[in-house]
Amino acid sequence: METGTNDYVKLIVLGLVTLFAMIAASYARDLAYQLHMVIFMIVGAGLFLVTLRGIDEPKAAVPQNEYFDSVVRAGVIATAFWGVVGFLVGVVIAFQLAFPALNFEWAQGYANFGRLRPLHTSAVIFAFGGNALIATSFFVVQRTSAARLWGGNLGWFVFWGYQLFIVLAATGYLLGGTQSKEYAEPEWYVDIWLTIVWVAYLACFLGTIVRRREPHIYVANWFYLAFIVTVAMLHIMNNLSIPVSVWGSKSVQVFSGVQDAMVQWWYGHNAVGFFLTAGFLGMMYYFVPKQAERPVFSYKLSIIHFWALIFLYIWAGPHHLHYTALPDWASTLGMVFSIILWMPSWGGMINGLMTLQGAWDKLRTDPVLRMMVTSLAFYGMSTFEGPMMSIRAVNSLSHYTDWTIGHVHSGALGWNGLVTFGALYYLVPVLWKRERLYSLGLVSWHFWLATIGIVLYAASMWVTGIMEGLMWREVDANGFLVNSFADTVSAKFPMYVVRGLGGVLFLSGAIIMCYNLWMTVRAAPAKDALPTAVPAE
Amino acid sequence: MSILTKHKFIETNATLLLVLSFLVVSVGGLVQIVPLFYLENTIEKVEGMRPYSPLELTGRDIYIREGCYVCHSQMIRPMRDEVERYGHYSLAAESMYDHPFQWGSKRTGPDLARVGGRYSDDWHLVHLRNPQSVVPESIMPKYAFLEETLIEPEHIEELLATHALVGVPYTDEMIETAAADFRAQADPDSDYDDMLERYPGAQVRNFDGQPGISEADAMIAYLQMLGTLVDFSTFTPDASR
Repeated sequence: METGTNDYVKLIVLGLVTLFAMIAASYARDLAYQLHMVIFMIVGAGLFLVTLRGIDEPKAAVPQNEYFDSVVRAGVIATAFWGVVGFLVGVVIAFQLAFPALNFEWAQGYANFGRLRPLHTSAVIFAFGGNALIATSFFVVQRTSAARLWGGNLGWFVFWGYQLFIVLAATGYLLGGTQSKEYAEPEWYVDIWLTIVWVAYLACFLGTIVRRREPHIYVANWFYLAFIVTVAMLHIMNNLSIPVSVWGSKSVQVFSGVQDAMVQWWYGHNAVGFFLTAGFLGMMYYFVPKQAERPVFSYKLSIIHFWALIFLYIWAGPHHLHYTALPDWASTLGMVFSIILWMPSWGGMINGLMTLQGAWDKLRTDPVLRMMVTSLAFYGMSTFEGPMMSIRAVNSLSHYTDWTIGHVHSGALGWNGLVTFGALYYLVPVLWKRERLYSLGLVSWHFWLATIGIVLYAASMWVTGIMEGLMWREVDANGFLVNSFADTVSAKFPMYVVRGLGGVLFLSGAIIMCYNLWMTVRAAPAKDALPTAVPAE
Repeated sequence: MSILTKHKFIETNATLLLVLSFLVVSVGGLVQIVPLFYLENTIEKVEGMRPYSPLELTGRDIYIREGCYVCHSQMIRPMRDEVERYGHYSLAAESMYDHPFQWGSKRTGPDLARVGGRYSDDWHLVHLRNPQSVVPESIMPKYAFLEETLIEPEHIEELLATHALVGVPYTDEMIETAAADFRAQADPDSDYDDMLERYPGAQVRNFDGQPGISEADAMIAYLQMLGTLVDFSTFTPDASR
């Protein structure tokens, strides 16, 4: 191919990017934008120099008969790293709520709860969860298609482009660059960058499926594909905004009020439905059967629950807006579909759990499998709790309270966290060609720390959530409100400490995992290097 | 179940799987979102609603920047305790100029939809500086730096013009006079009559009581107008909605 011309095109593009970023940094109207343009400038200039040095040099041939696993290895490291960062910020803000003095006076303008909370949510959902999804989808699509990842170095572009997105989002929050839409806080230029990366991700993934050597597309890939496509749609629609100036981060949303609220929660709930559910079900459909060494329980069930899940989930958003200025018909639709959604959700759980048929004894000996099965149990619990909370009468109590936070965490820590840990424990020995993990004992420690941590978290939030919901609405015999708002805040203190401790346990487990995975790479016995080759036709 | 055996056709064709998935996930959003742009009760205007004044809009941007929406809702539900505690339930029209909306999803602190006029400027200033000094149980962080950060209406015209572009009825005149209106609202000695004509009901005060216009001025101007535009002593809700 004409690699020579390609290099020149690359140089021109990188040069223009660097130049524009330099100009933008000097005209910048706010700190977030300025820092980001400096980052773009440094990255652009660095890549320019690397490309320039390598120009017209013969490129080392990439073996096409091997899986593209280096990018998956990088993804595994990034997942573990961002996981620990995200959990740590979570622990910090949990204790900020118990002890407000932890909103340090010297860091008021950068590290108050209001700026750190989006940092926590984005770090765990997009940095930890997103890297886990990209890495596992790249691994799974190659294995189940018996083909190398499509697009060559595009895979690396997706990986590094996504890390850049994370850094831009995280630093932006600390410096006040936010558009205030929950789980979609990054400003316009970061959104545009993510769109570019996401399209490249879709191309890599779909391209690999197209060049597959298996006639059927494996069920895990249906879920990954639906996740990638839907997230693209949601991301673009919810981030429609007009920048005030190209030299600043501030933008103005196109929608307002009711319409904006509906679009936001259509996005927000489906960030859960597609990012944290469909994508992670893709993960489940590969790693649970692999770890259990059993085939998926039911093929027919997977067809039904796939189509039902993706059709129904998208309707559930308005259950976040019960009793608001959103018309009743819309929130009723949201409620009805949320309850119906219970069925396909449990379809997925059953399909995963029953995959262990004939292999249940492995739960006694294999803590990794135990972790995956527990994650499915948490998935089942939170997909029961969710529909229940979407019922208008329940929601009138639970909305605006800590109960919602507890619900989210039993899903995020229990389902997304544990299934990701399970996948990482499976992947590291395979990717680094080790015979086994360094220590199964440490996996057990991780399992118990995480599980007890989640239980402390969810239980304390049930208590505070239901308690404050009841306290807010309590009236005396004469019909006056009994509690001031401040009374409800002080009543929650002990449970806030318990929640923080739950977070500490969960974080400790993740740190133990990092040590275990590191030692697996460093010290576990190596395995013969054969299985990475793409099977011959 | 013969229909399930036909699924083979979809799962051996990547493009078909992609297109069908996309169609299936589009339905719900279309049904729930599109009508909101046409239905009377989601687009009706209510007397009293006006666009934010330049100073209020600046305060609102600071509110967004600091992530206040993370702990404070601005959406009062029509339940007895909420109406008792916070005031009349929120109308759709009251957030019609909110790009983006600030309804929030969590009440770690109280709802702010009608906080305007409930406390004095002084209370707000002291509360932002050190919340625990006025509400001992509070777990809100300190925002003392707001009153120390002086601001100028540097790019305020562009900000209003961008809001006008997405449908907020800022006139050309409002955009031209934005910087002057910004200053006038924080200076009770200024000639602010024209500003009040453009933004009826806007409150003119030196909100932080200190010379110069600080971020606290803008923030308090915003907080003090929240929920005050619609006069609920004369408002009659349409029974059909």
